Amino acid sequence: MNVTRGFTGRPRVHNPGLPPGQYDAGEDWPVLSAEVTPDLAPADWSFRIDGLVERPHTWDWDAAHTLPASAYDGDIHCVTGWSKFGVRFGGVSLDAFFTVVRPHVSATHVIAYSHTGYTTNLPFADLTGGRAWIVWEYDGKPLPSEHGGPARLVVPHLYFWKSAKWIAGLTLLDHDEPGFWEGNGYHERGNPWEEQRYSGD
Amino acid sequence: MPGRIEVSNQEAAVWQTATLTEIRRETPRAATFRLAVPRWAGHLPGQHLMLRLTAADGYTAQRHYSIASAPDDSGHIELTLDHVPDGEVSGWFHTVARLGDTVEVRGPLSGFFAWPGDRPALLIGAGSGVVPLMSMVRHHRLRGLAVPLRLLVSARSPEELIYASELGTETTPVFTRRAPQGMPVGRMAAAHVAPLLAERPAHGWEAYVCGSNAFAEHASRLLVAAGQPVDRIRIERFG
Repeated sequence: MNVTRGFTGRPRVHNPGLPPGQYDAGEDWPVLSAEVTPDLAPADWSFRIDGLVERPHTWDWDAAHTLPASAYDGDIHCVTGWSKFGVRFGGVSLDAFFTVVRPHVSATHVIAYSHTGYTTNLPFADLTGGRAWIVWEYDGKPLPSEHGGPARLVVPHLYFWKSAKWIAGLTLLDHDEPGFWEGNGYHERGNPWEEQRYSGD
Repeated sequence: MPGRIEVSNQEAAVWQTATLTEIRRETPRAATFRLAVPRWAGHLPGQHLMLRLTAADGYTAQRHYSIASAPDDSGHIELTLDHVPDGEVSGWFHTVARLGDTVEVRGPLSGFFAWPGDRPALLIGAGSGVVPLMSMVRHHRLRGLAVPLRLLVSARSPEELIYASELGTETTPVFTRRAPQGMPVGRMAAAHVAPLLAERPAHGWEAYVCGSNAFAEHASRLLVAAGQPVDRIRIERFG
């Protein structure tokens, strides 16, 4: 252990919800996109699932809202170090979308892509079983554009760069391909509890 | 998205011990901390690192900081840190740190905001958002690069303009609260961006925007409105 002289840190209580190396951002919700926030109206938003599926499908705003509503109420963790507790997102579970497109058994990975061209890769298993959502509400209100509105992906058990803003679609693959940040040195999976921040972690 | 720049990720996985060798006051709120990192593998202007402090009970705090110095072979890197109110890490640097202290760093990290010096660079920053941009300006000078580079930087007042004595003819300062005699006070506006975009260097500008989220939103919208292609704007937001 490399102790820093004179450093004590903030007074703290043990928080079992805080992954290693993270701090509680409190009320803050930092914005960390590397690109210009797009002007994307709900009427211009669409979401497509293709690749290794039986029936590729595209939903527009109204069609996506006919799927059964589902909410996430819990914590999110950003690779830059902040975690935010008790976040409430409203939208639809990805399971509901997958029921429509019927993924092939050969699908092992997914590339998520946004309306701005951002990409991120995920193991397919991380998106099923009620652990991933397409969301359009934050705290009961429309999701702000700088946080990915009108709709974003939310995969809260992984670092938040995996939760692509302005989500446009998913392509199911039988292999892994790095996305935008993964090609810039970030970890392929990004599990906060194992501190999978950068490639090599 | 703008094109990627490939950088080595080998060194980014390793924590290294860095020794504080110099502290320079920049403004009432900001100071530069020079660190000896003997095994530093080099970086590109605009890249950042992760810094870790460890308390005696094993508690650690880690933060990302932009690198202020240009890549060189001095075995040193520099960080310029604002003293954030109640800042756990910046507070230690500003009130406890002294020469000879050691901290841990890993990096360099992320190639997205990096500028290797190959394309005309239009740099727009506010407050401590000027830090990674200054690495680019210093790189440009150190290497005597001929490729055009311009810096548009916003500060509340002349006293709060970081690196003021180093800024040259490539720089246009904008003051939002108080300006020197004869200069206007006000927010960065289309009139500041237009003359730079009018220069039209060969192959166009690569724009780099750094600052708070509110500033980044404002500046990137000014750029888009002035005709800068959206896929040639890179943004680093200080969360």
